[in-house]
Amino acid sequence: MQEIINILQMPFIQRALIAGIVVGFLGSFYAAFVVQRRMSFLGDGLAHSAFGGIALGLLIGTEPMWIALPATVIVALAITWLKEKTELGSDTAIGIFFAVSMALGIIFLSLKKNYSVDAFTYLFGSILMVQAADLYASIILAVVTILISARYWHRWAYATFDTELAKSDRHNVRFDDYLLSVMIALTIVFSIKLVGIVLIAAYLVIPAAASRLISRTFYSMTVLSIIFGITASVAGLFLSVIFDLPSGAVIILTQAFIFFLALIYSRLRK
Amino acid sequence: MHVTLQRDLTDLSNSVEISSLTVQFGSHTALMDINLTIKSGEFISVIGPNGGGKSTLVRLILGLIQPNIGTIYVFGSKPSDLPSDAFGYVPQIKTADRSFPALPIELVASGLSATWPRKVKGELKEKALDALKTVGAEHLADRPLSRLSGGELQRIYLARSIVRNPKILILDEPATGFDSTAEMDLNKTIENIHKVSDTTIIMVTHDWESAFHHSDRVAVLNKNLICCDTPDSAFSEDALRVAFGHIGHTHEMLFGAKHHH
Ligand SMILES: Nc1ncnc2c1ncn2[C@@H]1O[C@H](COP(=O)(O)OP(=O)(O)O)[C@@H](O)[C@H]1O
Ligand SMILES: [Mg+2]
Repeated sequence: MQEIINILQMPFIQRALIAGIVVGFLGSFYAAFVVQRRMSFLGDGLAHSAFGGIALGLLIGTEPMWIALPATVIVALAITWLKEKTELGSDTAIGIFFAVSMALGIIFLSLKKNYSVDAFTYLFGSILMVQAADLYASIILAVVTILISARYWHRWAYATFDTELAKSDRHNVRFDDYLLSVMIALTIVFSIKLVGIVLIAAYLVIPAAASRLISRTFYSMTVLSIIFGITASVAGLFLSVIFDLPSGAVIILTQAFIFFLALIYSRLRK
Repeated sequence: MHVTLQRDLTDLSNSVEISSLTVQFGSHTALMDINLTIKSGEFISVIGPNGGGKSTLVRLILGLIQPNIGTIYVFGSKPSDLPSDAFGYVPQIKTADRSFPALPIELVASGLSATWPRKVKGELKEKALDALKTVGAEHLADRPLSRLSGGELQRIYLARSIVRNPKILILDEPATGFDSTAEMDLNKTIENIHKVSDTTIIMVTHDWESAFHHSDRVAVLNKNLICCDTPDSAFSEDALRVAFGHIGHTHEMLFGAKHHH
């Protein structure tokens, strides 16, 4: 007990906890839509597009986020557009951007000496070395998410279930789809600095996959996904400090453990 | 000025007024020079071959697509200007995600909230349960959508379309996936709505027999509107020959519709 209190008093742990809760909330809220719309690959695709942007930023020596942010939003819009206008499935559209962005990123990095350390930080994140400014950005995004979800959760859910019905009730399904893609892109970009590419991609899939297994309604799927995401952040963080293991990796394994428990529970209930 | 003039000409006892209307998808013409007036409270069945433009016609009335040429007014307004709860709609091809975690009661309640509900309780729940009762599906209220058969899901959609007491009920092949008992139930339900309310009913169907026996008029559609007349005239050999081409087969179906009861 005393040990936990001591850990909690360290400022870097406090920042890491807040980061874990905020990213856990953002990622696992949007994850409900990502999973149900079968866009699990989108998280990966966009995160790697962000990587291309970051690499370019590192190469020309500006703050990488200023390149990664517009790059990722543009790719998110382009993927949504390709899906809407062509017969390509979203997985194919994403796969194209995924590969091209990674290739560009690797070329940009190879042009710059001593790249590996910086790039590694962005791939795997460093939740224990969170900067206050990065934290504020993601808190603002979480507040915006809460505000727009009051209206858009219903519309996104409706169109996820049946676009024809949503259209017949005068919802602008096209606009709503683009908005959802942009919000997911922003979540990814703002989270990368905090937790890294690999971990944000996991948040966008695993908590919602676990809650899907045991939910009868989409509302409970959304709520449980958020609970699972935040729980995995907090529990994973403590475990990683106690056992002195890489925090991002431990958080992902904690998510996987929750998924496993949900799987067992859903089997037993039948 | 132009708009007011149009409205003055509109007779409000008509629920749908379509004139000289053509719809094209790219270079393909789906509907060609359609003229059709449907009175309030009428029950119209729409028949015609696959690809004949039946779904296009109903999606036009719902305001989901716009005509390339011609005009369409529903209760004197452009369809897309009407509030969506004027329409009850059972779409044909279910774009629904069958793995979506949801309960029938939520789908029905979405007909009242016109968006996806968070929790279904109180008055919303009562009304939704009533609608489920009307279509004989109250026992399905809490069964996950993913476990329903096609016909059961179709009934839930029907309950959803009537729960809002629409001014126009639009059913696009609602009997798909039904067995014959379910089909008779469906006909009874719709017949009853037709009797007790002034709801205009437009039903696309392949079931000539029920079209013949239950509707006020039958529209025969194959890109052109071949006719929209009383069942007796619509099921004439001429109209069907123009719509379906081969008379030998249609004659048997016609015979079945008129005499089999
Ligand atoms: N959104 C669309 N884009 C392109 N073509 C379409 C579209 N909707 C319908 N069509 C075409 O228009 C024609 C009429 O279709 P539809 O109204 O669905 O026929 P029906 O319901 O009578 O079977 C068909 O040839 C179909 O391929
Ligand atoms: Mg059709």
